[in-house]
Amino acid sequence: MIHFVLLISRQGKVRLTKWYSPYSQKERSKVIRELGRIILTRAPKLCNFVEWRGYKVVYRRYASLYFCACIDPDDNELEILEIIHHYVEILDRYFGSVCELDLIFNFHKAYYILDEILIAGELQESSKKNVARLVAAQDALVETAKEQTGSTSNMIAQATK
Amino acid sequence: MAGGSSSSSSSSSTGPSLVDSLFQRSLDDLIKSLRSQPVGAEPALLSRALAEIRREIRSPDPDTKAVALQKLTYLSSIHGLDASWAAFHALELLPSPSPLHKRLAYLAASLSFHPSTTDVLPLATHQLRKDLSPSSPPNFSSLALHLLSLSASPDLARHLAPDILPLLSPRASSTTTNTKNNNNNSSPLRPKAAVATLHALSLCPDVVPLLVKPLVDCLSSPDPRVVSAAVGAFAELVSATDPSPYLPLAPEFYRLLTDSRNNWVLIKLLKIFARLAPLEPRLAARLVDPLCDLIRRSSAQSLVLECVRTLFSGFPDHDRALRLAVDKVKEFLTNDDDPNLRYLGLRALTILGPRNSWGVVESRDSVIQSLADPDPNIRHEALRLIMGMVFDTNVVEISVMLVNYAMKSDPVFANEMLDAVLTTCGRNVYELIVDFDWYVSLLGEMARNPHCAKGEEIERQLVDIGLRVRDARPELVRVARDLLIDPALLGNPFLWRILSAAAWVSGEYVEFSTNWLELVEALLQPRTSLLPPLVRAVYIQAVFKVLAFCFSSYIDQLEASQVSSLGHSTTVGGSTIECNAASANCLSDDITGTESADGFATADKPASLLSLLEKKDPFFTRESLKRILYLIETAVGPLSENDDVEVQERARNVLGLIHMLQEIPAWKTEEEGFKKDKDNGVGKIMNLMQAMFSEEIGPVSVNAQKRVPVPEGLVLEENLSDLAMILTEGDIAPSMSISFTLRSHQHMETKDEAAPSVQSTYLLAEHRKRHGLYYLPAEKDETELNDFPRAYDPLLPVSHSDATEDLVKLTEQSLIPRKVKHTKPRPIVLKMDEGDGVLPSALTTVKESKDDMLSGAIHEVLLGNEGKPSSSQKGSSNKSSGRRMKGVSDNSESVPQSKENLDLGDRENRSSSSRRSQHRSHGKGRHRSSQNNEEKEEKSHRNSTRSGHHHERHEHRQRGETPLNAVPQAPAIQDLLL
Repeated sequence: MIHFVLLISRQGKVRLTKWYSPYSQKERSKVIRELGRIILTRAPKLCNFVEWRGYKVVYRRYASLYFCACIDPDDNELEILEIIHHYVEILDRYFGSVCELDLIFNFHKAYYILDEILIAGELQESSKKNVARLVAAQDALVETAKEQTGSTSNMIAQATK
Repeated sequence: MAGGSSSSSSSSSTGPSLVDSLFQRSLDDLIKSLRSQPVGAEPALLSRALAEIRREIRSPDPDTKAVALQKLTYLSSIHGLDASWAAFHALELLPSPSPLHKRLAYLAASLSFHPSTTDVLPLATHQLRKDLSPSSPPNFSSLALHLLSLSASPDLARHLAPDILPLLSPRASSTTTNTKNNNNNSSPLRPKAAVATLHALSLCPDVVPLLVKPLVDCLSSPDPRVVSAAVGAFAELVSATDPSPYLPLAPEFYRLLTDSRNNWVLIKLLKIFARLAPLEPRLAARLVDPLCDLIRRSSAQSLVLECVRTLFSGFPDHDRALRLAVDKVKEFLTNDDDPNLRYLGLRALTILGPRNSWGVVESRDSVIQSLADPDPNIRHEALRLIMGMVFDTNVVEISVMLVNYAMKSDPVFANEMLDAVLTTCGRNVYELIVDFDWYVSLLGEMARNPHCAKGEEIERQLVDIGLRVRDARPELVRVARDLLIDPALLGNPFLWRILSAAAWVSGEYVEFSTNWLELVEALLQPRTSLLPPLVRAVYIQAVFKVLAFCFSSYIDQLEASQVSSLGHSTTVGGSTIECNAASANCLSDDITGTESADGFATADKPASLLSLLEKKDPFFTRESLKRILYLIETAVGPLSENDDVEVQERARNVLGLIHMLQEIPAWKTEEEGFKKDKDNGVGKIMNLMQAMFSEEIGPVSVNAQKRVPVPEGLVLEENLSDLAMILTEGDIAPSMSISFTLRSHQHMETKDEAAPSVQSTYLLAEHRKRHGLYYLPAEKDETELNDFPRAYDPLLPVSHSDATEDLVKLTEQSLIPRKVKHTKPRPIVLKMDEGDGVLPSALTTVKESKDDMLSGAIHEVLLGNEGKPSSSQKGSSNKSSGRRMKGVSDNSESVPQSKENLDLGDRENRSSSSRRSQHRSHGKGRHRSSQNNEEKEEKSHRNSTRSGHHHERHEHRQRGETPLNAVPQAPAIQDLLL
């Protein structure tokens, strides 16, 4: 299974972290620092796999972002690369040629999409269309809810009554 | 929580007010301000934002709270701030009816809840149950399942397992109608529920009886996503625990393997079979063909890789399939464009292991080339693979190649290779090494590597070999000499440890040295001032030993000539003296030679060494001794004022000895007086010294103390108060060294018995006589120590020799023409019974025991109460063994015929699924014809008949469903596989 997914920019900034195994906040920061050091220093055109603490970390670079996934030693690395690519394609489709800024300002959406693809570190939806549809449906639900309650005028009305 | 209360006290005066709600910064604002800040200001900004969030999150207004929670989630996941204090606030927001808030709350909870440290987790139970219930909207349930699969504690899993159940069963689709998936007749929640089930199962084995059956049912669902999720869950279970309980599901998995065209599912299935196949040979025989088909046909590298791995790990006996897989790996290894495939190819070969090392041998060129790959990870894998292939027959070639290659490689990898060679060769007390002369010189070569940073290990092995392998000592001394006389090495801090070992070796085994003056000069050369004090102390101690040896040899020599000249006054005596004189001249020649230049002829050294050893009679002249004395005095003299106590003390020891010698009047007189005074002058002193050093130091087992039997009547726990009385008597208890034991040996013919009562031994004996009670029985001790077991282990893998003979060729080009190989027998290596090279092999059992409960529970559910897997297998063992024999013979035959046999075997069986198997044989028949024709043709055939295949698979599925209900109840693996 996938133990965690990290998105790290080339400058070492974290863009997304998802932990499927329990790590304390302290361990999380340590893991990110360690892996950042290992992965960001690797030259291009090398293989996409790094051994780390007995696990394997599969990473792939898209533009300035490194997508990393930590897996068990007997997992299939190429499969994980495909999952990463799958995620990127879906992000791309959702945001319309996704860039780092999209992920920065819509970090929760990146999470929602990831949650549709992976659950508990397992791939659950391999169809891009389905993921897009599910995310869109949820967005629609949220939007309608927002319109009902979220407007500023509503808020003032509520607060002043 | 503590943080929350502190902030509340600071902000209680203002409180979360309307202003906060109105002018709350949104997440976008926060992100923008963080991005626009100057470089160093981030911590300040973060703490300000955090304070703001702490205030806002306590607001009664859910919107304000939600935004605050969202900001906190952002800060904790991106900037690594601790969010555990807000767990309760996330809980507060969970019941919100608004999808927006609920989503945010679940996101925050799933990112920050930790199953063991979040103490408010039980409070979520009720809300989760509500959201999981069929009446709530599916996306709420989905959120709850997510949280459950990430942060559930065992308790939570136990309480909520009944709530997962309805989601897992197919009926859920009718109650929770999803607008989009109506046609599919399946809830989108079912796959998620399957995964959440997996998590609950691994957390809490109690729920197995409840959840496993529905999970098994998921395997036969028409919805591919459900099947995929269930297969994934089983793959995880099988790999995490004992796989034997899952054997009854093998037919189901097999059906999926032949039916499914989804690569994700296939990979998971292969993972399952990789674990199941070793348990059930019939399964392996069935699987080989589908796997080979997949390798040949699939265009997805990930799937091909998984097939290769499964074959390598689970099918070590199926040569035909392995051949196909190895060919595939060769393709991987020679793929210049894709470093991933090269890396994975090497890793796959590592799985293949020594049993099928031919696979590695065949791709040796690619493997060797990978040592020079630009990617350090690939180099590392190649090295690991090569080191896994080292046997006693090829250790020389591989080590020489790696050590040579390390000269050219980059520092990091060079040390990695040196480390690999050192570890492998030193494993289990050098079990691989036959020719220790070679290995010792290899160690010397490693020290010459400019990048070498393995000084510590080389030091250890040099000393260790000296202690354990008597036959290697002459070569060891030669290597040590070469290291010591090179002034360039002294400047390299990484080599200091090696030099220390070299100095110790040449001092301890000084009798094998050939040129003592040169040795003393090397040990005292000016550049030794670069050494750290501890190493210098070793150097000086070595000088001391050399000095003692030279003098005592000189005296022995004088005596011998005296005796012989007395005995054979006329005839032989003259010749001996003549001989002595001649060789003495020779030695002095040597001395002048080394004085003038370092160009000392090393080529004839072994010869002269041998002749000297044969005679056991090193030759010294008075002049050479004087010269050595002078040299030592001038070089060591200044060190008696050295700052370091070790150096100072040893220097003073040496100087003290020299002064003592020089004060004896005999020293100043002629040689005659010298030897006559043996009993009370120089001779006595030197004999004493020599006796001190001539005791041999041997290795001691870690458990040596334990093996000494407690003598009868000795109560170890007894109070030792009466010991005080003995101690006051004023004699000194001799201090035995802890890590070395002195043992007299019979092989050194000369000096041992010459010194009958060295003072310390005498004292010890006296003490023993008086207080025998506190001594262990002497004889036993002696025999145990002398009775070292032989090290040469005849258990070395004989069967490997064939395969590895080929591997030997692997390094042909890099081979250094070495001297004779294996002409002499392996020398004795002193080795202790236990404790010396114990390799812990019980690592795997720990995990097993932990998962015992889970696999036990699953076993019960899937197999009923039929008993243990071993017994269920035993029931069919007769049949299976016969089948196995058949399978083996099949493999050796040609491809189509073996298929025929298997299919026939299927038909013979009176199984309920005979219909299906027959059908399958039909399908195979089609393949067979294509295969019969030609392999090449098959490729085109595949493309053209793909649609036909599709159709065929469809049929499969429809028919396959009929016997399904029987599967989970079947006591053992189904007849389909027989």
